[in-house]
Amino acid sequence: MNLEKLREIREVSLQDQQQVLSEGNIKITICMSTSGIAAGAREVKKTLLREIAERDIKQVVVAQTGEKGLQTFEPVIIVEEKDKPRVMYGNVTPEIMTTIIVEHILNGQPVKRFLWTGEDADKIEGQEHPFFEKQVKLVLSNCGEIDPESIDEYIGAGGYQALGKALSSMTPDEVIEEITNAGLRGRGGAGFSTGLKWSFTRKATGDTKYIICNADEGDPGAFMDRSVLEGDPHAVLEGMLIAGYAIGAREGIVYTRAEYPLAIHRLEIAIKQAQKFGLLGENIFESGFSFTIEIRQGAGAFVCGEETALIASIEGERGMPRIRPPFPAQSGLWGKPTNINNVETFANVRHIIIHGAEWYRNMGTPKSPGTKVFALAGKIKNSGLIEVPMGMPLRDVIFTVGGGMKTDKPFKAVQMGGPSGGCIPASLLDTIVDYDSINQTGAIMGSGGMVVMDSSTCMVDVAKFFLNFTQNESCGKCTFCRIGTNRMLEILTRITEGKGKMEDLDILMELSKKIKTTSLCGLGQTAPNPVLTTLKYFREEYIAHIQDKRCPAGVCKALITFKIDAEKCVGCTACARKCPVNCISGEVKKPHVINQDACIKCGSCYDTCKFNAITKS
Amino acid sequence: MYEAIFSKYAPTKDNLIYILHEIQDQHPQQYISEEAISAVSEYLSITHAHIYGVLTFYSMFSTKPRGKNIIRLCESPPCFLKGSEAILHSLRDILQIKVGETTPDGLFTLELTACLGVCGNAPVMMINEDVYGDLTEAKVTKIIADIKGRI
Repeated sequence: MNLEKLREIREVSLQDQQQVLSEGNIKITICMSTSGIAAGAREVKKTLLREIAERDIKQVVVAQTGEKGLQTFEPVIIVEEKDKPRVMYGNVTPEIMTTIIVEHILNGQPVKRFLWTGEDADKIEGQEHPFFEKQVKLVLSNCGEIDPESIDEYIGAGGYQALGKALSSMTPDEVIEEITNAGLRGRGGAGFSTGLKWSFTRKATGDTKYIICNADEGDPGAFMDRSVLEGDPHAVLEGMLIAGYAIGAREGIVYTRAEYPLAIHRLEIAIKQAQKFGLLGENIFESGFSFTIEIRQGAGAFVCGEETALIASIEGERGMPRIRPPFPAQSGLWGKPTNINNVETFANVRHIIIHGAEWYRNMGTPKSPGTKVFALAGKIKNSGLIEVPMGMPLRDVIFTVGGGMKTDKPFKAVQMGGPSGGCIPASLLDTIVDYDSINQTGAIMGSGGMVVMDSSTCMVDVAKFFLNFTQNESCGKCTFCRIGTNRMLEILTRITEGKGKMEDLDILMELSKKIKTTSLCGLGQTAPNPVLTTLKYFREEYIAHIQDKRCPAGVCKALITFKIDAEKCVGCTACARKCPVNCISGEVKKPHVINQDACIKCGSCYDTCKFNAITKS
Repeated sequence: MYEAIFSKYAPTKDNLIYILHEIQDQHPQQYISEEAISAVSEYLSITHAHIYGVLTFYSMFSTKPRGKNIIRLCESPPCFLKGSEAILHSLRDILQIKVGETTPDGLFTLELTACLGVCGNAPVMMINEDVYGDLTEAKVTKIIADIKGRI
């Protein structure tokens, strides 16, 4: 491979794409991500292919991409024709697919009722929708646009240009300088300067050095890395190659969760293609630089996202963190200098090399330049994957891009940073998203998960969930992390059962402080954050549980009772039939009664009743 | 009987997790037996204790026999907020087993898992390598029936 060949491949790829969209042709794209497939994209694709064959439709090209970020609206289908706006359909079922074939493909009339926007003609493409309008896509620029299983399409979209530029016209030190000047900070959560990290590993002595891509995404509510690996795997490989050149490594490893089979599959395809094109292997771009990349899978241990635990896992050990220093930059995998960055960090690299540090710094805030990918989940309307410039207020992220609340209940908090993070209340919605501002709230930026909660969420219960999670995932090495989190969980459990005491709150604070200061790795050091932030912003909820034996959100089972209002109950028997423990009795067309002793408080009667006859108190 | 798997990997310790994954995947009861541990110990020249330590550290490995299909329902907050608890009730009802148990016919094991990273389609579960999203009681019933029908 050389620059000239890369240019030729790009031209051919662009011509091919033009050909697909030449006069009279129709391109139908299906977003085939895990999210799309989970929502039924495979069945939709089957229907599409069957309809095309049965109706003998010519000049239709079927393509696939990763996800466009609209998880709530999966399966997503995009119909493209020359000189016409793209039409994007959401929540497509096999039946809807057939309708689209008949009305749109055969009769030329876009089917407005199935557009993802749910609106009409003027927003037909959906790009001017606030969901897309406020986003700046850098890391996600190819996701949902190109076929992730085609290296030609990646090259057509400008792929491997940055690698070509770095290898043919920049020294390793110049590469590091550019990344440092750009101010890129580690997107895995800690926000450490990527350029600085690279320079440490470059300066470390030793002939053998390693590049590791941390794709062990484990925060509940985070799915940025999965989407990038599924939608644009070559971008990650390109970033790793550039990093390898910069620090002087010949080997790269992607460490990924075993829970992401599709991401692993696409990554394997990408590595094989890059090898075939001479973009991995010996003498890349005739520069003398050689590099290989292999994939290593985890086996379900959250702590392996911590870099020293990750290294232990690759070496075939229990994934337990090691004492730092020495840092991996000095002594990492097999005791060799090792540089570890996460998926999103690597995906940023090529843009900085192509456009330069100054261009990159034009986005975001002075201390946190660039963009950030966020995974929106929970009670939010446009749940999915977004990328916005750093510095955007949380309010805009949640209410403009995210479309606001999914239910008619008001916003209560957003949980950021997973089990290491915290809950940010409504009063702090004007906080901007950058590393330092989010840290000030007591939460952390983390890898980018945002779980939005409405008034039906109990904050003590949320804190309990995360403590349960960290307590389970603690590797057990540090005493306070192993036992302290357990004690905190016991206290939280007690509080949610109405057996808490006011002194418990002080003990929680004290344990938090000790766990934070006596744990070796980030897992323990941040484990108390969900408790600390909820105690800070939602203390009155803890007090209601302890003093009034009341769960204000109506979540904690020990503190709620379901009753049937005899005046409203029409005796339809729906609740009695639904009750999993058969504790509702009564005659047809007569008011029913719940046997409180047998009730497990699952709430299915409450959800089933169409007459609002069941009250929760 | 593990020769075919071993032949793919050099006898170095860093291949341990890979070998364990493959042994488990190929076992009809999706677990790693004592006998397998012995074979791996001999091949990699590492102690039983080390292998057992690694095996029990990672949640995806099992030392007990499991069903042909492993159902892993996500219990993380995004799924919980969207009603994963009701889905758990349905799964228990349909399969007549508790979490961690296997159906008497050996077809299904029910497990809980941390986030599967498909939160936009919560509640979500994974059966072997397939992910199912936007779950409802009706959908779960159909998915289980379809798998039974295939067998």
